[in-house]
Amino acid sequence: MENNGQNIIEIPLEELLPTAMSRREGGWRIAQACCTYLGDSYELSYSFAREYEVVHYRIVIAKDEVVPSITPVYKSAFLYENEMKELFGVNMEYIGVMGILGTDYKNKLYRINEETPFVKEGQ
Amino acid sequence: MAKRSVVPFGPQHPVLPEPIHLDLVLEDEVVVEAVPSIGYVHRGLETLVKKKDYNEMVYVTERICGICSFMHGMGYCNAVENIMNVEVPDRAKYLRTIWCEMSRLHSHLLWLGLLADAFGFEALFMHSWRLREKILDMFEISTGGRVIFSVNKIGGVLKDMPADMLKNFVQILDGMEKELRETTNIFLNDYTVKSRMVGVGILSPEDALKRGAVGPMMRASGYAIDMRKTGYAAYGDLDFEIITSNDCDCYARCQVRIGEIFQSIDIIRQAAAKIPDGEIAAAVKGNPDGEFFMRVEQPRGEAFYYVRANGTKFLDRMRVRTPTFANLPAMLQTLKGAQYADVPILILTIDPCISCTER
Amino acid sequence: MSSIMSFTGMALKNLFSKPATIQYPEQPKVYPERTRGHVEINIDDCIFCGMCMRNCPPRAIKVDRASGTWEIMRFDCVQCGYCVNGCPKKCLSIVPGYTEPQMKKEADRFVKPPAPKAEKPAEQKQAGGQKNA
Repeated sequence: MENNGQNIIEIPLEELLPTAMSRREGGWRIAQACCTYLGDSYELSYSFAREYEVVHYRIVIAKDEVVPSITPVYKSAFLYENEMKELFGVNMEYIGVMGILGTDYKNKLYRINEETPFVKEGQ
Repeated sequence: MAKRSVVPFGPQHPVLPEPIHLDLVLEDEVVVEAVPSIGYVHRGLETLVKKKDYNEMVYVTERICGICSFMHGMGYCNAVENIMNVEVPDRAKYLRTIWCEMSRLHSHLLWLGLLADAFGFEALFMHSWRLREKILDMFEISTGGRVIFSVNKIGGVLKDMPADMLKNFVQILDGMEKELRETTNIFLNDYTVKSRMVGVGILSPEDALKRGAVGPMMRASGYAIDMRKTGYAAYGDLDFEIITSNDCDCYARCQVRIGEIFQSIDIIRQAAAKIPDGEIAAAVKGNPDGEFFMRVEQPRGEAFYYVRANGTKFLDRMRVRTPTFANLPAMLQTLKGAQYADVPILILTIDPCISCTER
Repeated sequence: MSSIMSFTGMALKNLFSKPATIQYPEQPKVYPERTRGHVEINIDDCIFCGMCMRNCPPRAIKVDRASGTWEIMRFDCVQCGYCVNGCPKKCLSIVPGYTEPQMKKEADRFVKPPAPKAEKPAEQKQAGGQKNA
């Protein structure tokens, strides 16, 4: 496997939706999306896979920056996006296509008592 | 106009051993929409990286799940080994492969039992689990644990399997194969079983790709994709074909999993014959620095590990994307348009491991 | 080509074969030698370095060098064996036999006899708390 499957490409936030769309055109599936909290910013990683190839896109955003949802492009992304929003408090745009697909669970995907348990103030 | 109603399903339900909640929107008896919610047993294991050092995290990752415990530990170890450039000895790779395949065997037998239980075939459930018990005994003999094995470490494994133990295991598996044929024959050919599975829960290949399904879900929809072919552990040296089906329904998924049971036995045989002598662990020095994405094939599908280290003994981030999490959108897709009575089978058909998902 | 009554053969065979289970309390379960049941310490070899205490993922072990005690909370222990692997004197071992049910959580306490130059080592070992397995 080329580069041991570690193709990490850094892109700015505006490129996220165009990238996701071009990947979908190429027949790639979304393999995962995850978030890392870096104290004052978030680091988002979106991974796309086709057969055994995999590519990761890295986006670093400020704490309150609004992240566009890629659910209209990849339907299965809604779980990852809800997860980022609920566990890390990432400021997600409405997840899903307005009014058509109600896949924004409004902090109700995880039935937990704490808000954003993975990102706490003062850590 | 059909009457619409919302039926809550779970978190406590006879077919669900684990808590997931679904709000099913029904039109008469047909499901038109399903809204999941999880988090009833959320443990936040991923944040433990701040409190446990990277060696202790091996034991934490093993406890993500009781079924694929070994593979979680191995996936994490592989990621850290790659960051630290540790070359794992060949014997350790083969031992890992054997334990992985034993995990797959017992996971698929567990699933067959739960499936039989979901359509009310109690005797078949008991038989599947009786066979699974032999695998658990083999685990206890070789690792000391029936569920959590704790044999992985960064750089290799902790316990060796002597030659006579391996020989004994292969013999047990040879003996089991006949019984397995009898039991799985009922799953594949019995009229009552087939009537519950054939044509139920169709996931078309396009949907499977769009919904990001993984593992047997994907393979039962005609995609030959199996992360074992990326050659982690000793899979690169072993010979196996990916089992797929083009029928896309519950029966196809059952077929794929049953095929994989026999394939696992075959892989264990090959590995036991080929296993080289030598060390079982490499020395590890220093702390990891860097990041790595690791993919392994669990019984339920592809699992993702992301480890990010910063040169100290505490990691920055450890993320696990479990196969069940990736299969949830596909499950929601199959639920749309299904009969209410088929909902339990459709939920079981992705082999849900909710506690995996609730890292 | 689905068949009906396909289970009959197996059901009949079941009727005339031995049960797959054992009569548990009367017939004891035999554990293989590698079973990780509980942690045992050979307290005389212990040098109270505290490696096991620092390594223990659930923090079940407490070592006090000053008073020469080694304590384990049996019910916090997850039997991972990390303490055993890290022990420099190899005085810890993990052996079959699970912790029996108890009315309350209590630490198992092992005290090393205070005289360091004692010629007869093994004799004075006292196990406080409740003895397990």
